[in-house]
Amino acid sequence: MDELIFEQSVPGRCGVAFPPCDAPERPLEQLVPSAALRQQPPRLPEVAEFDVIRHYTRLSQRNFAVDTHFYPLGSCTMKYNPKLNDRIAAWSRFAWLHPSQPASQTQGLLQMLYELEQLLCGITGMAAFTLQPAAGAQGELTGLKIIRAYHRAKRQSRPVILIPDSAHGTNPASAALSGFRVVELASGPDGLIDLGELKRHLSNEVAALMLTNPNTLGLFERNISAITHLCHEYGALVYLDGANMNALLGIVKPAEMGVDLLQLNLHKTFSTPHGGGGPGAGPVGVIAALADFLPVPRVRKVGARFRWDARGRRSIGRVHAFYGNVGVLLRAYVYIRTLGREGLERTSRAAIINANYLKAKFSRLVPIPFGDHCLHEFVASLKPLKASGVTAWDVAKRLLDYGYYAPTVYFPLVVEEAVMVEPTETESKSTLDAFVEAMARIVEEAREHPEWLKLAPQRLPTHRVDEVKAAREPNLRWQPDAKSPAFHDAPSLRA
Amino acid sequence: MDYVPNTEQQLTEMLQAIGAQSFEELLSTIPAEARSRGLDVPSGLSELEVLALCESLAAGNRSVRELASFAGFGAYQHFIPTAVDAIASRGEWLTPYTPYQAEASQGTLQMMYEFQTMVSELLQMDVANASLYDGASGFAEAGVLALRLGGRTRLLVSETVHPHYREVLATYLSGFSCTVQTIPQTNGVTDLEALAAAAKDDVAAVMMQQPNVFGCLEPMEQAGELAHRIGALFVANVYPVSLGLLQPPGAYGADIAVAEGRCLGSPLTAGGPGLGLFATSQELLRRMPGRLTGCTVDHAGQRAFTLTLQTREQHIRREKATSNVCTNAGWLCLRATVFLSLLGPAGLRRMAELSLQKAHELQRRMLDEGFEPAFDQPFFNEWTMRWPRTARDGRLLRKLERAGIVSGVAMAPWYPMLDREAVWCATELTTREQMDRLCEAVHTHG
Repeated sequence: MDELIFEQSVPGRCGVAFPPCDAPERPLEQLVPSAALRQQPPRLPEVAEFDVIRHYTRLSQRNFAVDTHFYPLGSCTMKYNPKLNDRIAAWSRFAWLHPSQPASQTQGLLQMLYELEQLLCGITGMAAFTLQPAAGAQGELTGLKIIRAYHRAKRQSRPVILIPDSAHGTNPASAALSGFRVVELASGPDGLIDLGELKRHLSNEVAALMLTNPNTLGLFERNISAITHLCHEYGALVYLDGANMNALLGIVKPAEMGVDLLQLNLHKTFSTPHGGGGPGAGPVGVIAALADFLPVPRVRKVGARFRWDARGRRSIGRVHAFYGNVGVLLRAYVYIRTLGREGLERTSRAAIINANYLKAKFSRLVPIPFGDHCLHEFVASLKPLKASGVTAWDVAKRLLDYGYYAPTVYFPLVVEEAVMVEPTETESKSTLDAFVEAMARIVEEAREHPEWLKLAPQRLPTHRVDEVKAAREPNLRWQPDAKSPAFHDAPSLRA
Repeated sequence: MDYVPNTEQQLTEMLQAIGAQSFEELLSTIPAEARSRGLDVPSGLSELEVLALCESLAAGNRSVRELASFAGFGAYQHFIPTAVDAIASRGEWLTPYTPYQAEASQGTLQMMYEFQTMVSELLQMDVANASLYDGASGFAEAGVLALRLGGRTRLLVSETVHPHYREVLATYLSGFSCTVQTIPQTNGVTDLEALAAAAKDDVAAVMMQQPNVFGCLEPMEQAGELAHRIGALFVANVYPVSLGLLQPPGAYGADIAVAEGRCLGSPLTAGGPGLGLFATSQELLRRMPGRLTGCTVDHAGQRAFTLTLQTREQHIRREKATSNVCTNAGWLCLRATVFLSLLGPAGLRRMAELSLQKAHELQRRMLDEGFEPAFDQPFFNEWTMRWPRTARDGRLLRKLERAGIVSGVAMAPWYPMLDREAVWCATELTTREQMDRLCEAVHTHG
């Protein structure tokens, strides 16, 4: 294990130098009251530039990433992130724009944002978009605030949001954060929304149904028209969690199936890098009747010029300081312009074929409880392996030994010992074949040598991590005087 | 162009292996009425064409690097050492996701543990999380946390907190049964008498900003004492670079400290992505929103890192989670961690000193040119000034724009009384030549 950067600290080292001050320097006490001055400097590491480069280069090599490993993390759409997108986002005339510059100095930026909204409308069929939300979950929150504002404007009190039990955890969490009461819909035996169950829960108390389509089992809600029709009959809106849009490009436009609003996760379908956890972007698209409720400011085109418009009497307000994650939005814009209509359509087609190909091969190894053909992902159940004491968690860890990041496990909750696999379109057939081969060997190992799986991973520098200890004795920051045995047990690699 | 490696021939072979006659067969579960007639998107482009397209867009922008910018207002231009970009552009950092599989994500996890330590140190707080989206959403999450502690339904928020942060808080709270009461300012800082008058036992938190939106230094210690006297939390929104010199939130008793961390090694990019720093006292640990990384051991007894205390989070607790946050700002955490490692305590202090000294020099020179101070308060690197009388007709503003100067940010949209005031900013990047350019343009106007 590598030393922490703090443990490499040598008093007096510093990795930067500043030019001499070209203004007269006055004593600090003359400028700031001494009570406002910091008494103790923060205990940041004192290291040289090369220490930093070697440390964080070495740490980077302890990661599996899309660039280095197949990363079939279901529901996260871990596709290749084109380098061109990063290159353009780093250009000074995008990266070094100040949000308060006058619009005359940012016409290119405003045009890009305006066109991106149009492109997203062209992909989803929605009437208008806000680009402000910083991630999928913040998009959900934005959508729910819009739903609330819409019903309030109609002087209706509708405290309930319906959410299928197969939904992402962010859906109920966002609904609760928006002040709604969550009512969970049990999935039918086919893993889809049960129309009877939906009817039982629909009333004039319901503000909206939050729907994921294709759902987290990778299945298309075949009764979508009936579902949206029913909701609308009761005056409820239909919100689509667009996390799975990678399955639908050019195949289905959400607006055409009766969806009233949705969020898109640009870091999924539109290839912006996941960055070890973010930043993402979660633009929200709405039908015309909801456009007035979108966050402000919005980009407007007046003649050939673009400008910000902060007005919006019915707007839900801001969800982000300034305009949202512009650097992420720009990458997605570049991606959409590069692929264009044909490229986007080919993307979904190849993603669906890849998923079905893997599913067909997987189905010879383990049960796949729901569905015939899937769309962009599928969920297998590793329940049969339990006979030899092996869990989905063990299989996930063993896959790491074989050089694959693990699929999403134990989600969705409606499948026992769930393994959710999303290969995306950017993986080749030979990668998928090799992955299936690894999986076949692991299933065999589970029967013959279950202990290999229980002990996995063994081929990585770090073996199975003790998560129970981490939660029981939270150690969330380094302390200079830490006496944790872990510090002393760790063999130093810098002998 | 697209990024699909499989050829049409291979895709056909794969369809055969699936046992499907055609791609359409895979879509058989999609009812005909839901099928679309295709995308309303232009045709794709080659890399060369995209570069040309984006160059023409970029040509419509002027970067603050080619101008003399004195705009701050929550988005500060600071130096980024080359090593930050060198590390951050590695695919191993850019292309993994949330480190669910700890053993294959030790790089990200150790970095996040180092990040949490640095943020705790910088803010002098007990614990920090692995970031939120940005400062504004962090501020809103702090309000949500305080209200969800239960029993108290009022938030006291100073008028001197960045208006966007207050707006985001209001949006987040729109479904809650609570009151957000704005505490007015006098002479550029929170009116402590008004705060004391509003401080009742139904207050969940007192929320302030240091330095405040006008750049003025707030009496944080007194405000914090007031909050604690009524059993409320004290929430401080701070500017990380200023903490190289100024008292950190932990020193004046903040229970929750939030900050926009973009100034630590990430470019402005028109204000996003940001990096929400979020730290609390030990008592609030289990109420914390967002991801947390913990140090533990692996089965061989070696030090190892993992996401922890996940029972707070949405993927476990669903509607009972402390927050709905899933994706955060991981890549900007990395940038901030590398940045703070390079600077260390001495470098950060020097960056803060240079910002402070240059700000005070420019403020002094602007006084000479007829600008009037809006408030009589100490400041760090931002200050509020009334435009000289000669600027009334707006001609000066246009002249400055033509001279390549980005002026201070006008306060009128949020503070109608401050209709001739703007907030100016200087950092270590501000040069004497830029100051000369501004002063000369003002001097020769009229």
